[in-house]
Amino acid sequence: MEISPKEVEYLAQLCRLELTPEELKLFAPQIKEILSYVEILKSAPTHNTPPTTHVLSLANVYREDQIRPSLDTEKALANAPAREGPFFKVPKVIDAS
Amino acid sequence: MTVFELQQMYRQGKTGPSEVVRELVKKVEVWEPAIHSLAWFDPEWLTRQAAALEKGTGPKGPLWGVPVVVKDNICVEGVPVTCASRILKGFRPPYNATVIERLQSAGALLAGMANMDEFAFGSSCEHSCYGPTRNPWDLSRVPGGSSGGSAASVAASIAPLALGSDTGGSIRQPASFCGVVGLKPTYGRVSRYGLIAFASSLDQIGPLARTVEDAALLSQVIFGFDQRDSTSGDLPVPDYLQQIKTGVKGLKVGLPKECFGKGLDAGVKTELEKAFEQCRALGIELREISLPRTDYAIPTYYVLATAEASSNLARFDGVQYGYRFPNASNLMELYAKTRGEGFGPEVKRRIILGTFVLSSGYYDAYYGHALKVRTLIKEDFDRAFEQVDCILTPTAPTPAFRLGEKLQDPLTMYLSDIFTISINLAGLPALSVPCGFTPEGLPVGLQWIGRPFQEEVLFRGAYAYQQAAGWHTKRPPEPKGASS
Repeated sequence: MEISPKEVEYLAQLCRLELTPEELKLFAPQIKEILSYVEILKSAPTHNTPPTTHVLSLANVYREDQIRPSLDTEKALANAPAREGPFFKVPKVIDAS
Repeated sequence: MTVFELQQMYRQGKTGPSEVVRELVKKVEVWEPAIHSLAWFDPEWLTRQAAALEKGTGPKGPLWGVPVVVKDNICVEGVPVTCASRILKGFRPPYNATVIERLQSAGALLAGMANMDEFAFGSSCEHSCYGPTRNPWDLSRVPGGSSGGSAASVAASIAPLALGSDTGGSIRQPASFCGVVGLKPTYGRVSRYGLIAFASSLDQIGPLARTVEDAALLSQVIFGFDQRDSTSGDLPVPDYLQQIKTGVKGLKVGLPKECFGKGLDAGVKTELEKAFEQCRALGIELREISLPRTDYAIPTYYVLATAEASSNLARFDGVQYGYRFPNASNLMELYAKTRGEGFGPEVKRRIILGTFVLSSGYYDAYYGHALKVRTLIKEDFDRAFEQVDCILTPTAPTPAFRLGEKLQDPLTMYLSDIFTISINLAGLPALSVPCGFTPEGLPVGLQWIGRPFQEEVLFRGAYAYQQAAGWHTKRPPEPKGASS
C-alpha cells in the first residue's frame, strides 16, 4: 500500500485536522510502514468467522424512561471557549450572502 | 507504606489524615523534580479533603484516609483534567466519574492527577504536553505507558494506590517497568462513566498498588455494575480479601509457548524461569499451552483501536470545552486549526490511521477484517481456558527502555505491548506482579491472565507468589540531591 503526503492530506481533511507540510512528510512513510505490518492479517483464516464488535454477551439493556438529574445549563457551559446566553458560540456556519 | 500498614497506623492512633497529607507533600518535594509523575498537584486541595475526613462523624469507609493518585483521563469535578493534551487545556469536568464517586464514598484522599501519554496513546509516557515522566528505578529510562505517572508515583511511594486505564497494556506494562502491581479488570467490570474514551470496546479502568492485597482492596471499591455505563456487567463482586489467602495448591496454569521465544530479553527470561520454579514449589501445576494467533494481536489492535479513537476524538473540536484556535473565520477552519494545534504528533498519527481504516474503499479490508481476526484471538483463549485456570506470560518483552529510544519509530514502540494487547481484544482480566530484577537493576513483571470476571483467581495466585518471592518489599532509593 503506497501512502503519499497527498493522501495523508486528504485523510486529514476528512477528520478535520490541519497538518503542517513537515507532518505530512513525516507521517506518510510511518503510516505506510504500519499498514505493511498490518498486511499479515490477510493470512488469517477468517472465511466463516463472525466479527467481534463486543466481547461481553450482553443483550440490549432496557430501562424505564424516567426523568433523572442531569447537568444544568450553567455547568454544561462552564468550560465553553465562547458562549452567548444559554448557547455555545461558534463562527458563522452559513454564509448569508 | 502499603494501604494495610497505613490503616493499622490509623487504628492505633499513630497518625491522622492531615499528617498523612503532610508526609505525602514531602514525598512529592523529594521525588517530583526527578520523576515528574504528576500532571496536577495542589497541597491545599488535599489538606481540605483531610480536614473534611477528620471532621466527619459517619462510618469510616474501606479506604478512609488512603491517598489515591488518579490518571489524568478520569473526570474529577472541578479540578484540571487534560489527558495530558493541549487540546483540553483549562478543562475542569462538571461531574465526577463513577470510580471517583466510589473512592470518595470509601473515604479516599484524591492525591492528584497522574501524567500519561496524551489521550493514553503510547507505551512510554513521553507523549505528554507536560513533558515525560521518568522511571524511579533509573531516571534515564521511561516508566512505561500510558499510565506511566500512576505507576511511577506508586513506585516512589508518593501514594500507595493509583488509578490507571488500560486499552492495550497501559496499566500492566508501566506496572511491570516500575516494579508495582497493576490490574486490567475484565471488560465491563469497572464503570467507564467519566473516563475520557480512547477505544470504547477495549478501555478499562484499573488499580495500581504496591501489593496484590492493596490492588484487591481498591478493586473491591471500584468494581461493580453502573447503569450509566451501557457496557457495565451486572454481576456480583465477590469478597476478594476473604479469598486471597486460600492458597493455590492444584491451580492449573498454562504457559503459552508463543510467549517465550524470540524477542524476549534474556534478563526478563531468567527472572520468569525463577518465578515459574517458585510457582511449582507452591503447588501450582504448570503446563505448556498454545495461543497460535498471538502474531495477529498487534496488527488487529492497531486497526481497531485507531478506528475507535479517530471516532471518539472527534468531540475535541474547540466548541464545548478546552482549547480553541482564536481567530478562525469559519467553522471548518476552527475545527481543523484547533485540532492541528491542540493534538500532539502521536495523536494525529493515530487519528489519520483510524480515518484511513474506516474510509470508503478500505473499511472492509481493514476494519471489517480485523473484527473477524479479533474473534480468532478470543477463541485461542476460550480453548486455553478449557484446560487451565489461568495463564502466565511476561508482562513486557523487555525491561524499561531509555527515554527517546523508541520515540522516532512508532512501530517499534507498538511492539512493546505484544503480551498485553491480546488480553484487551479478548476482554479478559490480567494482573502484572513484580517478579525480580534484570542484571541492570530494572524491575520485571509477571502477567496472570484469567477467565472473564474471575479476578479472584488472579489475586489468589499472584498473592501466593508475591508472599513466596518477596519482591514487593523492594523500593527504589530516593533521588540524589533530595532534601530529606
